[in-house]
Amino acid sequence: MSKVFIALQTNDDTRPIIESILADNPHALPVESPAMVKIDAEGRLTVKRESISERIGREFDLQELHTHLISLSGHIDESDDEFTLHWND
Amino acid sequence: MDMQVPKKKLGLKERYTLMTRDLAWDTSYQPKEKVYPYADYEGIKIHDWDKWEDPFRLTMDAYWKYQAEKERKLYAIIDAYSQSNGHLGVTDARYLNAIKIFLTAVTPLEYMAHRGFAHAGRAFPGPGARVACMMQAIDEMRHAQTQIHSLSNYNKYYNGFHDAPHMYDRVWYLSVPKSFFDDAITAGPFEFIVSVGFSFEYVLTNLLFVPFVSGAAYNGDMGTMTFGFSAQSDEARHMTLGLECIKFILEQDPANLPIVQRWIDKWTWRGVRLLSIVAMMMDYMLPKRVMSWKEAWEIYFEENGGALFKDLARYGIRMPDCCEQIRQEKDHLSHQVWAAFYNYSAATDFHTWMPDEDEMKWLSQKYPDTFDQHYRPRFEFWREQQQKGNRFYNKTLPMLCQTCQIPMLFTEPGDPTKICYRERDYKGSKYHFCSDHCQHIFDNEPEKYVQAWLPVHQIYQGNCFPEGSDPTAPGFDPLAAVLEHYRLNAGRDNGDFEGSEDQRNFEAWRGMAKRND
Repeated sequence: MSKVFIALQTNDDTRPIIESILADNPHALPVESPAMVKIDAEGRLTVKRESISERIGREFDLQELHTHLISLSGHIDESDDEFTLHWND
Repeated sequence: MDMQVPKKKLGLKERYTLMTRDLAWDTSYQPKEKVYPYADYEGIKIHDWDKWEDPFRLTMDAYWKYQAEKERKLYAIIDAYSQSNGHLGVTDARYLNAIKIFLTAVTPLEYMAHRGFAHAGRAFPGPGARVACMMQAIDEMRHAQTQIHSLSNYNKYYNGFHDAPHMYDRVWYLSVPKSFFDDAITAGPFEFIVSVGFSFEYVLTNLLFVPFVSGAAYNGDMGTMTFGFSAQSDEARHMTLGLECIKFILEQDPANLPIVQRWIDKWTWRGVRLLSIVAMMMDYMLPKRVMSWKEAWEIYFEENGGALFKDLARYGIRMPDCCEQIRQEKDHLSHQVWAAFYNYSAATDFHTWMPDEDEMKWLSQKYPDTFDQHYRPRFEFWREQQQKGNRFYNKTLPMLCQTCQIPMLFTEPGDPTKICYRERDYKGSKYHFCSDHCQHIFDNEPEKYVQAWLPVHQIYQGNCFPEGSDPTAPGFDPLAAVLEHYRLNAGRDNGDFEGSEDQRNFEAWRGMAKRND
């Protein structure tokens, strides 16, 4: 199974996002570089709105991800509640 | 009693449909073929544009909101960085030479990408594709602007940043990126979007914007880090567009497959050749390094690109033919390109140097199979010569590849001791190539590539001297005349970093920053 990834800037806004991603995707692995973190995951990775909202104590709009995103790979499936990356193989 | 019933908020998918496809209309005064004259001639068959799915489902109102936020953040950082003399916090003034290349070789491409996507957005008959291309056209313009604004701060203090657009159109090595994008935007809209949206954005730009920009952060360059990551936050959307576009074209008609495969083969190789300069920036120009070019290549091309091609295999797409040569070259690329720039450093807008002993150790460790055997002896010899006062500058103009326009500096696949040359006769003239792949690209479209503006040919034809020059006048110095034409300040902008004005100023200013004298 191929890996998908999402890379985010590291700052105070992304800390709870990164925490949520790692909690919701136990198979995901964070790789830290200066100023950024790249999260690799076998096959599939899901970012959940609710987990982030819970951590930051306010409603989070998944499209806020655009402000902090560096890069990603895989097919995207985006709804109001979940943002998923996956390969079809 | 009146009850306020809250209006049900529309879901993301419905909002996207209403704000994108539902705003489109069919023309009635003019037939479709006249409104979209470029939609068919490349041979791509599209039966139903409504099948186009934008996975990000970003509508214009949300686009403006998030882009405005990114801009505010970026300019706040840039202001703070320049107000606090942030440039003195970079690891070394030597580092800034990589950023000079960025400004002259990458920023103008952002602007060309803006033009290309504006054109593709106009040319596609489907509204989903048009909206995505329009957003990308605006993004690319933003990238060109934010890069120019961020880097103008360095132009106040360092040499070589003074005239990027002028140089882009003239300086010999900048014809490599320029011809790449000119090739892309003069293709039809489908080839353009496969070339830039897919091959370049999805398969290759991660290598420039992710590890290199992380390297900028590591070297204290807040300006580049900020515009780099801000640009890259748009790239995620661009890559998605590139991938969506390939899937869409392939799903529309099986006859599209061979056309798309040829474009992928062509543009993967074109992109790999273009990025050879980034290989050298990462391995030789960053005082502090995040990872080697080879490591970055393995993560972003082999692993990530490999996953992508595996996924596309169900449409019949295979890895491009050039991948085997690319795999072999990753151990050699950065060393060969740096050696060439070191040779021709009298004609560049940036400085070069030989790596010191610590850096050589790092290179041996990162390239255990090639560096000590093929490159270290040459570099040690050059360093020794430089220290004796015999710094070698190559004054013979090199032969260029007709397709990628890079000097013939790459070696034969399988034999790193032999320079690779290919040639082809076409309508009575001889054309030269750096590789089989560049030759195949020429063979497919000879009428396009015979028109290439090759800097070396142009110099020999006398087209790169300042207006009014008389090359027959006694004492005429052709190299000096070419540099003047480039608006390069010889002896200030170019040559060795050691002993340069940039080096002296940086040392002096950094000293002043810590004292009150």
